[in-house]
Amino acid sequence: MESIGDLLNGFAVVLSWQNLLYMVIGIVLGVIIGVLPGLGGANGVAILLPLTFSMSPTSAIILLSCIYWGALFGGAITSILFNIPGEPWSVATTFDGHPMAQKGQAGEALTAAFTSSFVGALFAVIVITLAAPLVASFALQFGPAEKFSVFFLAFCSFVGMGKEPPTKTIAAMMLGFALAAVGTDTVTGQLRLTFGSTELLGGFDFLIAVIGLFGIGEILLTMEEGLSFKGKAAGINPAVVLQTWKELPRYWMTSLRSCLIGCWMGITPAGATPASFMSYGIAKRASKNGDKFGTGEIEGVIAPETAAHAAGTSALLPMLSLGVPGSPTAAVLLGGLLIWGLQPGPLLFVEQKEFVWGLIASMYLGNIVGLVVVLTMVPFFAAILRVPFAIIAPVILVICAIGAYTVHNNSFDVVMMLVFGVAGYFLKKCNYPMAPLVLAIVLGDKAEEAFRQSLLISQGSLGVFWSSGLVATIMSLGLIALFWPFLSNLYGRILTPAFRK
Amino acid sequence: MSNPPDDPDSVGPRQRHVELGVAAFMVVLGAITIFGSLKVGIGWGAEGPKSGFFPFWIGLLIVGTSVFNFVWAYITPNRKLFAEWGQINQVLKIVWPMAIYVAAVPWLGIYVSSALLIIGFMRWLGHYGWPLTLGVGLGLQVIIYVTFEKWFLLSLPKGPLEDLLGL
Amino acid sequence: MIDSLRFRALAFAVSAAMVASLGVAPAGAWEPTRNVEFIVPAGTGGGADQMARMIQGIVAKHNLMKQTMVVINKAGGAGGEGFLDVKGAKANPNKLVITLSNLFTTPLATGIPFSWKDMTPVAMLALDEFVLWVNADSPYKTVQEYVAAIKAAPDGQFKMGGTGSKQEDQIITVALEKAIGKKMTYVPYKGGGEVAVQLVGKHIDSTVNNPIEAVAQWRAGKLRPLCVFDSKTLPYPDKIAGDKSWADIPTCKSQGLDIEYVMLRGVFMPAGVPKEAVDYYVELFKKVRATPEWAQLMKDGAFNTSFMTGADYAKWVENEDKRHRDLMKEAGFLATN
Repeated sequence: MESIGDLLNGFAVVLSWQNLLYMVIGIVLGVIIGVLPGLGGANGVAILLPLTFSMSPTSAIILLSCIYWGALFGGAITSILFNIPGEPWSVATTFDGHPMAQKGQAGEALTAAFTSSFVGALFAVIVITLAAPLVASFALQFGPAEKFSVFFLAFCSFVGMGKEPPTKTIAAMMLGFALAAVGTDTVTGQLRLTFGSTELLGGFDFLIAVIGLFGIGEILLTMEEGLSFKGKAAGINPAVVLQTWKELPRYWMTSLRSCLIGCWMGITPAGATPASFMSYGIAKRASKNGDKFGTGEIEGVIAPETAAHAAGTSALLPMLSLGVPGSPTAAVLLGGLLIWGLQPGPLLFVEQKEFVWGLIASMYLGNIVGLVVVLTMVPFFAAILRVPFAIIAPVILVICAIGAYTVHNNSFDVVMMLVFGVAGYFLKKCNYPMAPLVLAIVLGDKAEEAFRQSLLISQGSLGVFWSSGLVATIMSLGLIALFWPFLSNLYGRILTPAFRK
Repeated sequence: MSNPPDDPDSVGPRQRHVELGVAAFMVVLGAITIFGSLKVGIGWGAEGPKSGFFPFWIGLLIVGTSVFNFVWAYITPNRKLFAEWGQINQVLKIVWPMAIYVAAVPWLGIYVSSALLIIGFMRWLGHYGWPLTLGVGLGLQVIIYVTFEKWFLLSLPKGPLEDLLGL
Repeated sequence: MIDSLRFRALAFAVSAAMVASLGVAPAGAWEPTRNVEFIVPAGTGGGADQMARMIQGIVAKHNLMKQTMVVINKAGGAGGEGFLDVKGAKANPNKLVITLSNLFTTPLATGIPFSWKDMTPVAMLALDEFVLWVNADSPYKTVQEYVAAIKAAPDGQFKMGGTGSKQEDQIITVALEKAIGKKMTYVPYKGGGEVAVQLVGKHIDSTVNNPIEAVAQWRAGKLRPLCVFDSKTLPYPDKIAGDKSWADIPTCKSQGLDIEYVMLRGVFMPAGVPKEAVDYYVELFKKVRATPEWAQLMKDGAFNTSFMTGADYAKWVENEDKRHRDLMKEAGFLATN
């Protein structure tokens, strides 16, 4: 196979001591960025971009893409330890990761998260290696209607999974959609729901809501119960990595499914965050321990992390082959390519072979280096939970506030973070589910935009969502996912009497 | 999550009342959404829905489900406590300082406010000694300054003290 | 405005005289005292963002400034967030903003209260061109063929993709509709690269992408340029796609579409900054423009390399503001609420 030869050449380009050093630096920086909420991979990449001009494009892109991997790894750390998602795609990791930490299994959760991330990324890189041209032409088929159907599918596979009262679930989800609608309406360029306030021009950022609802809300709940994190008593266990690894192969099915979901969402390109939610939702339905999801199931950590990393990695492919970034981080990387005189596009794979295969080779190596780096830090991270609450709590509050500020460089966001925090405390205590709310904030305006673009193209006809095989298939899958609980119930009822006879 | 005893004698707000309050608040939010949508137009034009179309229906759904939640909470007998006053007090111990902190950031800058928050919290709630308190409170500011302003080149809000120091 | 300019000139003269009399440093030796914030009133990855990061990179690489330049994206409210930030930072000489056409269109379309007059013009860096693109598989080889096809079809059948709503791409589309006498369907997307790919995927019929947004797809033989919306052809004769160069694309005017539109890539500062500071940045941008990296960017993106400062620049901006007001009014894009 030609691409294997190209890849080996790529390894030859990448494997130098200097480049390995850049990888380690990049991973460590990325982990720091991932840990600090509000500071995203895009920040790190953007800020280091100018510094990389004096390097060769290959070295520079290795450094930058390793920051990207590091951020993907790092997002899980604060999600698990403090219920604060460091990055948007680690929100779904909090659902079971944080309960695990509360049960004293922080080390296990971290190991599972990092390993799954690695597996997801590796899978995606293999897909890129073998199927890059195919995938690129597939991605071209995605117009607004197809994109909407992907969002629809992601949403349908996640909703209807909670034990909370349905009216509360709907209310919380709709609140998320309403928050997502605030700001500029991209389709008409009109301002809506801002009520003349300049602070609301940018709308409610997903990260602000998440830092507040999850991070601050969690601290308030902890305060109510007295001053301690529950995971405090957990001992430091250096062997935790190996012990967890023994358990992981049992969940190969979840991993494989999450890899596929992740690659699909990364290429289409819906992105890592919806991928993690969708993967979590499907894992919950498919698992025999589905009812225990949310109470600290390791599978609930594996599913979102694998999918997020697979999506984050495969999202780089449309960027390279089409020039369309799948995330803000990818957008900045794209800018970087242009600055180095590399034009992302169909010809990049032909004209800049060395660069492209060097990058792909660095994806393999960067992930391995990343895994080693973060796994060695697991016991250290888990030990952070031993710091007394009265010290760590104000530190977390300050870091959350700075994180909220840095999202848009806006002091008002810090105020909103606190408002979301207090709201999160009340909503949680009143049994309103948070997950549909945040998913609605993430997907809300994107889905609405795609929906309305589709209608513009079809001149108002809803038939556009059933107009081609691709979009009709995805929409049907979405509907099946939405009515799955009902369907499986029905199926069970039809079968049971038959068995009794 | 805590499970306050189902004991009518212990003091604190009832879960039912809080549920009613939250539902009512959601109704208000829904109403605001509907009002805002009406302002930008909720019709379905020749080229698909207008800016307010989706928010309008979303607002209606919020109001609808929240009214249901309100009525449900009202008619369901529930003598459970939301939390004891002591617990509420604990929560307020963090909410008030945070509110002051958030209000102070635009005036004092984030460094001074953060240092005060940490020092106050550790002294007042943690009863730690001054050396540790000051060490964490001030040390963290230095770390934040180096990380954000020097490495990541992000400009955080500053106040009179930073102006004085010329940072 | 004139008064304040005169006052500033006077202030400058006085301070220059003072400096000269003290004999410490040459006039204009002002330098930024803190990190210089470079505001981008658009999202990451767009044309303005790329240019700002490029400048940041050039300044860092060639060590053109003692303080560091920091790029900050404030994209909310169609860029209104970024402009309001600059408007609110009166007399802060450590803040710059790069503009795109939303400098004119955002206040008109959204009613967000700012105008270019709330800022100090520094320099025009370049003008970005617009090209009419169709899919290479489409049968339209010339503007005339494409226009004829649009005319023959019912209103709204042809879809034009563009970046944002009620901004430059849609303004051109409206002008096009007027020239042709048929309605097209304008489909707004978030970024220029996405628009180009949507055209490659045949989800839309044409775009008015900037050269840099579509060049990769053109080189790959996926897109075909029909004409450029400028008064003269582009001055870049290097072969790009096959035997075609930017210079081979005819102007739209020569093809019977009398539409001209270029977009400002310029820099502004907050109001009330000292003249020395403005002069410092003008010099800085002159140095940036002299670097090979800048020349390469101009060539890659087939930019119009006009450079203006001071009163010329202010005059140009003022004319452009008027023109946009008229265009937006005609198109019915003015904010109603």
